[in-house]
Amino acid sequence: MPDLLIELFSEEIPARMQVKAAEDLRRLVTDGLVEAGLTYAGAAAFSTPRRLVLSVNGLLAESKPVREERKGPKADAPEKAIEGFLRSTGLTRDQLVEREDKKGTILFAVIEKPGRTAAEIVAEVLEKAIRTFPWPKSMRWGAGSLRWVRPLHSILCILSDEAGAEVVPLEIDGITAGKTTQGHRFMAPAQIAVSGFEDYEAKLKRAFVVLRAEERAELIWHDATNQAFAQGLEVVEDRGLLAEVAGLVEWPVVLMGPIGEAFLDLPPEVLQTSMKEHQKFFSVRNPKTGRIERFVTVANIETADNGATILAGNGKVLSARLSDAKFFWENDLRTVADEGLTGMAEGLANVTFHNKLGSQADRIARIAALAAEIAQRVGADPDEARKAAEVAKADLQSEMVGEFPDLQGLMGRYYAKAAGLSDAVAAACQEHYSPLGPSDDVPAAPVSVAVALADKIDTLTGFWVINEKPTGSKDPFALRRAGLGVIRLVLDNRVRFNLLKQLDSGEAGHYWDLAGRAGHEIEADEERAAKILGVPHADFSTIRSEMRSRYDEKEQSQRLAELFDIPAASIVGFVPDLLTFLHDRLKVFLKDQGIPHDVIDACLAMPGNDDLTLLVKRAEALAAFLKTDDGENLLQGFKRANNILSQAEEKDGVEYSYGADPKWAEMDEEKALFTALDAAEAAIKPAMEQEDFAAAMTAMAALRAPIDAFFTAVQVNAENSVLRRNRLNLLSRIRTICLSVADLTKLDG
Amino acid sequence: MSDAPRSFQEIILRLQSYWAARGCAVLQPYDMEVGAGTFHPATTLRALGTKAWAAAYVQPSRRPTDGRYGENPNRLQHYYQYQVIIKPSPPDLQDLYLGSLKAIGIDAAMHDIRFVEDDWESPTLGAWGLGWEVWCDGMEVSQFTYFQQVGGHDCHPVSGELTYGLERLAMYVLGVDHVMEMPFNDPQSPIPLKYGDVFRQTEEEYSRHNFDAASTEALLRHFEDAEAECARLLDAPAEDPKTGKRIIMAHPAYDQCIKASHLFNLLDARGVISVTERQAYIGRVRALAKACADAFVQTEAGGWAA
Repeated sequence: MPDLLIELFSEEIPARMQVKAAEDLRRLVTDGLVEAGLTYAGAAAFSTPRRLVLSVNGLLAESKPVREERKGPKADAPEKAIEGFLRSTGLTRDQLVEREDKKGTILFAVIEKPGRTAAEIVAEVLEKAIRTFPWPKSMRWGAGSLRWVRPLHSILCILSDEAGAEVVPLEIDGITAGKTTQGHRFMAPAQIAVSGFEDYEAKLKRAFVVLRAEERAELIWHDATNQAFAQGLEVVEDRGLLAEVAGLVEWPVVLMGPIGEAFLDLPPEVLQTSMKEHQKFFSVRNPKTGRIERFVTVANIETADNGATILAGNGKVLSARLSDAKFFWENDLRTVADEGLTGMAEGLANVTFHNKLGSQADRIARIAALAAEIAQRVGADPDEARKAAEVAKADLQSEMVGEFPDLQGLMGRYYAKAAGLSDAVAAACQEHYSPLGPSDDVPAAPVSVAVALADKIDTLTGFWVINEKPTGSKDPFALRRAGLGVIRLVLDNRVRFNLLKQLDSGEAGHYWDLAGRAGHEIEADEERAAKILGVPHADFSTIRSEMRSRYDEKEQSQRLAELFDIPAASIVGFVPDLLTFLHDRLKVFLKDQGIPHDVIDACLAMPGNDDLTLLVKRAEALAAFLKTDDGENLLQGFKRANNILSQAEEKDGVEYSYGADPKWAEMDEEKALFTALDAAEAAIKPAMEQEDFAAAMTAMAALRAPIDAFFTAVQVNAENSVLRRNRLNLLSRIRTICLSVADLTKLDG
Repeated sequence: MSDAPRSFQEIILRLQSYWAARGCAVLQPYDMEVGAGTFHPATTLRALGTKAWAAAYVQPSRRPTDGRYGENPNRLQHYYQYQVIIKPSPPDLQDLYLGSLKAIGIDAAMHDIRFVEDDWESPTLGAWGLGWEVWCDGMEVSQFTYFQQVGGHDCHPVSGELTYGLERLAMYVLGVDHVMEMPFNDPQSPIPLKYGDVFRQTEEEYSRHNFDAASTEALLRHFEDAEAECARLLDAPAEDPKTGKRIIMAHPAYDQCIKASHLFNLLDARGVISVTERQAYIGRVRALAKACADAFVQTEAGGWAA
């Protein structure tokens, strides 16, 4: 059982591609081997900046011969049929075998494929893997036509067993496979011949190459933390950076150096970001003060001066970079001191947010109005929320954020504090972007929540108004993320509001702006709106919901266009559709939390479904209820009642909702059900009024036994039509009571 | 290090002799305002077509928005690039490059030299390539690119391009912290000159010019003129009516493309180009570059054969 070793040696492979490339190599080659009939015991892939390596052990020495039989036509079949069979098998008539069966003599083709040697198969599979390798970006070089991530220099490809190693004969675009590689570019550039994987890894290490990326990462982390610890410091953990740096070196040498005194007062995040983005340095923190005081760089070489020259050079580059950062920081602070954050934000009038949605300044004005409106709902002071929204994006105009976009928000917080704004406003500057992803923290401070919601609602309604909704995998404006953001902000903070109303306000803000940018006198006040639209004078969101109930979408567009004096074609998006989109996001979100989709549908079908907090409270109670024995059985009872009733109603063409009369109750089980329904109704109504869904459902659960007993003892479709009608009306009461809690008809099973 | 160069010009001279010894034609700077050495027709146009090519040259380059009135230690609106272009890219180009660093006093055994992913793209030239920025002790000292496409044409064979930021590289080799303090000629010369003696005043003058004084109307007009002229030259029939020869004016047209590109950079520095317009201008320059590339491959140097 030979072992296979492959090394593809090239010029420097981008760090971010190495791990996946190694995995791709393993997959392509091992899949190809297995497909060609070569099984193996194990395979492992490795990567360094200059090499992709695959080691396969316990490979079959050759594939098994394959014998294939194909049944053909009868021996006396027409000439054409036999010719066709010969063509498809590639055989001649005399190579066919004749066999007798019940129907006569049948022709058989027996095709024997001999086994092939591992070397032959490996050469074929590897060539195909190289030629079809899925690099995210590949290139040609010189005069050749081969594509690789960077020029490919050599291929090491050997099969080895106890007897020794043999080179797999293979040539691709002038590169002939061999059994040699090279060590470290500078420390051991000579050719090294290897005989197998263990020999390869050991010889590479002697030639200053650590083959395994995780071993390099461990070495780096170990040395960095040790050096920091020796000085009473700690390395700021950054796994992404560690993985990247491990992909930039073959022989990691950790060097720690000082950050100039002049820069230590910069915000730690600025130091960290600058060092990481530009230099790929780790930050080293003083645990006592929280300040970043030193840096760690990882060199790829050991030098005679123990890295002194390298460290000095890196320190110099860092100083130049941090001088820039310091310059930006000081300029920004000066701007804030002279003109305040509002002054800093001024330039945003010239920055386009989206060519159909106006400038950043337009956007901020809309968000501010919306934030003030939402403020009361989240327990924030409207003026403070408005103020926060007005300055929350000022830092986009700062020099620091211009240089380091990742610091947006955070710099806003620093600059808001420097401008003497309240802590709540400063926090909102940073937090209003959150949550960015499903696991990101959700802000809890009321002002931050108000601005964050306003920001996201403005974005969503804006792109809905201009009809740039996400489709399939395309979501260039991250609207799904914004939608999830709204949901998480509302749910985590138990915000109670009618989302539809806020969406209407958001939408209105865009229409106002559209009209303004179209250069129209904006007289689109609500009174005029009411007149044009022919609805009673009210606030815009009431007007909108009134319009929705009266007109179809086209009519709505035309009336809105008239109201805002803009072309009807520019009005395309509609808020109910946006609410549906948010409900869909909510379903996905709740599904991840273990609430089944039919439970959500049952709750979505209830009135007030744009109050997400209420909706989820209901859904959680219902999901919990359905997990109980009572809940599950009650659901069956409800379904049975509902089925019988629906069939009867359809057949009779009437609705049995007159109310059942206990005086027609004949049997004990029937009477008991009346009593139980009275009791349940009495308990459910106040519970629902207090939105205590759990209590309402507990009360509903008490119906399970009487309903079960009723169905066991009582025949609904009695001969006596009075009794029958009364019983159907009784079922109708069951239905009404159950449906007052959630639309149980939407539930599966 | 006794072998260490002592001045900015010595570093340039050593690069010149190093690449001359490796067989490159040592060309002179192109006599027009360009943003980078890549714009020199010896790179942009010669990267096209099938003919082998090897050239090295210094190219004075201008980036109007980078002007800092000579005050910033590293930023200049006028600076020098050293450019090497070899087609087809030789298999040992990385080693050749490392040899050039050794020639200017950077000993690879003492420094940390790294090839860090950096894909190069020039939207104005309709060009892109894959390669690295080369780091020496954490500092970017060169750009190393395998051209894949220029002017919208696939490069076949592929050219290898090396671009050295001369000031930055020289400052590092010479151990100088402010560019204006860097010795331009040998400090032992009878008249020692520093970089600042040569360029401080011009940095001031051009900074003022680029940011505030250049006439935007004139720049806009010149841009339009260059654009029109480029198209007009390329529209002329291939056969010269006077000599009767086939003379496609790819280079004169390309000069107009270079002009348009620089005028756009100046307009940008003057702050009169909005974000949306920016893309449109870049697209217009790219269209010129593409048209010039199309014309060049119809010429003899571009591999055309009658």
